[in-house]
Amino acid sequence: MAAMADTPVLYVRTAPAEQLPPPIASTGFIGWLRANMFSSAGNTILTLAFAALIFWAVPPLVRFLFIDAVWSGPNREVCLASPAHPEPGACWAFVRVWLSYFIYGFYPIAERWRVDVFFAALALGIGWLGWLSAPRRDLGALYFFVILPVLSFILLYGFPALGLAAVPTNLWGGVLVTIVVATVGIVASLPIGILLALGRRSELPAVRWFAIGFIEFVRGVPLITVLFMASVMLPLFVPQQLEPDKLLRALIGVAMFASAYMAEVVRGGLAAVPRGQYEAARALALTYWRMMGLVVLPQALRVTLPNIVNIFIALFKDTTLVFVVGIFDFLRAIEAARGDPRWATPVTATTGYAFAALFYFIFCYGMARYARSVEVRLSRSDRR
Amino acid sequence: MKRIATALSLALLLAFSAQVARAQTLQTVKQRGQLICGANGTLGGFGLPDPQGNWTGFDVDFCRAIAAAIFNDPSKVKFVPLTAGNRFTALQSGEVDVLSRNTTWTMSRDTTLGLDFAAVTFYDGQGFMVHKSLKVSSALELNGASVCVQQGTTTELNLADYFRSHQMALKTVTFATADEATKAYDSGRCDSYTTDSSQLYSERLRLTNPDDNIVLPEIISKEPLGPAVRQGDDSWEDLVRWTHHAMLDAEELGVTKSNVDEQLKSANPETRRLLGVEGQFGQSIGLTNDWAYRIVKYIGNYGESFDRNVGQGSPLKIVRGLNALWTKGGLQYGLPVR
Amino acid sequence: MNGAIKSARYSAQAWRIGLQVLLAVIVGGLIYGAFINAADNLERAHIASGFGFWNNSAGFDISQTLIPYSANTSTFGQAFWVGLLNTLLVAALGVVLATILGFAIGIARLSRNWLVARLAGFYVELIRNIPLLLQLLFWYNAVLKALPELRGSIVLPTGGFLNNRGLFLPRPVFAPGFAAVGAALLVGIAAAIVLHIWARRRRERTGAPTPVGWWIAVLIVGLPLAALTLAGFPVAFELPQMSRFNVIGGLEILPEFAALLLALSIYTAAFIAEVVRAGILAVPSGQTEAAQALGLRSGTTLRLIVVPQAMRAIVPPLTNQYLNLTKNSSLAVAIGYPDLVQVFAGSVLNITGQAVEVIAITMAVYLTISLVTSLLMNLYGRMTAIAER
Repeated sequence: MAAMADTPVLYVRTAPAEQLPPPIASTGFIGWLRANMFSSAGNTILTLAFAALIFWAVPPLVRFLFIDAVWSGPNREVCLASPAHPEPGACWAFVRVWLSYFIYGFYPIAERWRVDVFFAALALGIGWLGWLSAPRRDLGALYFFVILPVLSFILLYGFPALGLAAVPTNLWGGVLVTIVVATVGIVASLPIGILLALGRRSELPAVRWFAIGFIEFVRGVPLITVLFMASVMLPLFVPQQLEPDKLLRALIGVAMFASAYMAEVVRGGLAAVPRGQYEAARALALTYWRMMGLVVLPQALRVTLPNIVNIFIALFKDTTLVFVVGIFDFLRAIEAARGDPRWATPVTATTGYAFAALFYFIFCYGMARYARSVEVRLSRSDRR
Repeated sequence: MKRIATALSLALLLAFSAQVARAQTLQTVKQRGQLICGANGTLGGFGLPDPQGNWTGFDVDFCRAIAAAIFNDPSKVKFVPLTAGNRFTALQSGEVDVLSRNTTWTMSRDTTLGLDFAAVTFYDGQGFMVHKSLKVSSALELNGASVCVQQGTTTELNLADYFRSHQMALKTVTFATADEATKAYDSGRCDSYTTDSSQLYSERLRLTNPDDNIVLPEIISKEPLGPAVRQGDDSWEDLVRWTHHAMLDAEELGVTKSNVDEQLKSANPETRRLLGVEGQFGQSIGLTNDWAYRIVKYIGNYGESFDRNVGQGSPLKIVRGLNALWTKGGLQYGLPVR
Repeated sequence: MNGAIKSARYSAQAWRIGLQVLLAVIVGGLIYGAFINAADNLERAHIASGFGFWNNSAGFDISQTLIPYSANTSTFGQAFWVGLLNTLLVAALGVVLATILGFAIGIARLSRNWLVARLAGFYVELIRNIPLLLQLLFWYNAVLKALPELRGSIVLPTGGFLNNRGLFLPRPVFAPGFAAVGAALLVGIAAAIVLHIWARRRRERTGAPTPVGWWIAVLIVGLPLAALTLAGFPVAFELPQMSRFNVIGGLEILPEFAALLLALSIYTAAFIAEVVRAGILAVPSGQTEAAQALGLRSGTTLRLIVVPQAMRAIVPPLTNQYLNLTKNSSLAVAIGYPDLVQVFAGSVLNITGQAVEVIAITMAVYLTISLVTSLLMNLYGRMTAIAER
């Protein structure tokens, strides 16, 4: 002890040392890389393998879709391999020439503005309902479920009294049909689906069994067979003079199909409403319909909105199946145009499919992102 | 209780609405102001709309002829594109008034499907198309070949019969539509494509390189094509049948679209009866007496329609062959108007 | 007072019964009306009805038949079975492939490797948001039709060809002695099961790890191999031959089949991946942490703690995906693969014209598959329900 006291103190740190920055290999981009992509030998191999995959797949894809692509031209000559252009990429010229057919089908050219107005009116309705803080969303619902269907029918099908010439549905095609089928499916299936869901939870056995029978039957068979049934059997089941239109038959099939799935989603929403809500409504002596309409359904539908959007996405993709009953939706229009000998090249099919994939992806992915944001918002407000 | 009673009566009403009698087809068409005609929609030369929705073709012209006879206006027709699969249901269910869609007249269709064929407008037969590079010159050399065929047609059955009767091996690849079958053949999925030879000529034009494909000489089946109507409406069937014969008679008598007005003054009693100058033949089928005049005026005679749509005046260039008039060695024999 | 309540209760009761009777009457009326109309329409159209067509000669050819079938001797009934078996074949193989791919991608999405997780996420988003029909057409028309034509076939090193008419592989032809190999395989599987049960019991009793994986592999693979060697390889291979028009002999895989299988597996895998991911995330992280606290390695944790609990959440939606795959196989009609819908609701319907009967049978088949699967699922759910202690 004493020796220590004798020894002169040479250096004593009076202030704490400054913190060194962490080693460069564990922070910033490199650190992130090490932690997320090269944390172990196995991980490194995985990373390298997948990076190789990207380098193998992406450049040719970009070359095909953009760099080597042909953007305009009168016929297939421009998209065939030539000395100047040894490996032709996507033939966008083909899409350009056929684009109006892909959108409108055989809808008369002079009347196509009506389709454009319909698209705009529909976009307005979807925006109004989809934007959760839009003003007067009750009016929006009225617009979407009552005014819009009537307006669309008058616009698209025609109303000679108003000077809109009738356009028979066999001239409709392309994106128009895709959107009409998907929207009618969702608009019609929501009320039917709600009724079916209520029926399935009903205390009345006859009502319950009917709802269960319908839902399970439709969910148990492929959409193609439902469409076949609507197209081939429906005309036999109704009196001769009704002669339902071909598109109408497909719409009935799609609406039936979507209703069964909608019912299950709504049922999930009903189950999520706490029992206390039902009991409180009963205690206030509300009748069954007022209890459902004023207390339960508004809460149930709010939580189901993301799932309703998911059904819409599925329906949007499933509209491609209406080809089995001879209706030319967007995808079928591309298939038909692909057979045009003026544009027969080795890349025509791939180009058409790439275009279709882009179209469906943008719509479906956009809707999926929207559904997810609503979901996040709802769970946030629940936590409050 | 009152509500239940109302609902009950509604349900009963629904059930009995089936008992309402069906109006006669001609009456329905006249009331509607428009003929609804089931046509092909994808077969160039027979029934195909252009991107503006104007239909042309041999079968299409036949429907226009009916419309001309009824309304004095060949444009009063709505065409419904039908597939081989749904054409009969469309006719049975009343969706179309007449089916004019290269349909083969067979006994089972005539007797079990609830429809009647009114006439044979085109004598056809099933043939084969092959890639030239195979160096095949006869269908009998196709032993072991794979053949693309459209589903639900007599061709599917004839094909199996033909290969069986010649003890040849066969690989069938079946597609739901003629369009898909053609595309598959074009891409080399099959050695051969089989369907009615008229259709082969038409589809050949849609191939990537039409000249690399040939139609083989063999005709392996009888395919009398003609318009069909629902069974049980005999006067409508008469109207459709006589539309065809009026066009044949006009060709035989030398009455054409361009000279039909002069022919009204013809001294030939057959011509005078056909064009309604003499007799009451139009009224007997529920039309005006100038019904045949209207047909020829707007559509032309049989030969003109044939040439314009599928014959030498068209890209298909099908020879008249069996479809020549009986006076020229063919089978088309116009029945007398008298 | 009491009487008023009583009468109110009676009137409520009457209202409930009345409502149900009303529904029954409406539904009954609709069905009756449809029936009358159909009978009337069919009668007027002179369309035959009933199931008499079942035993009539079919007369058309089918490109892929798992059971003996020929155009000249077979009936519509046999065509039905051919179509049904083709549906079941593509569905069964699709389920296996989609499960493998889906589990791999679902686990990859949870990987700590950023690149792997992102790529798996990209796969799921891309595939889920493009219609199955479009993918099917892409595989069939853009990929498989782009293969070389017959004369330019790719010759496989094992003997066989690949061209735009399909993949042609050597077909094994089994000699009679092959039965011994099959028997050995069965014995091997049985022994492996016994061994597995024994090992588990031992582990539960003593707590000592009892690794038997290698022994199981030896039993299942080794026994049949040994039998194969002892029996002197009673297997011959029939090689496909190039003929004038086609490749003949060998095992033929149609491009239609390959395209349908690819499209169904790839599409369903994206949905299965989401199911798997959700299932794994549903296992509370406390479970993993507790296992790690006990000193279990991460592989063991995954195998013994996470997966068994995740399976409970995975299996019901997974079965739904299997059913979807089976129902989606009806898209075969778009590319000409002879499944139930293409053969039966296509060719048979068009030839016989009996729409009502044919469509009713087709729907009944899918409905039966769905209902049987749901039944099994309910049983499974009851078996694996958490026993609260």
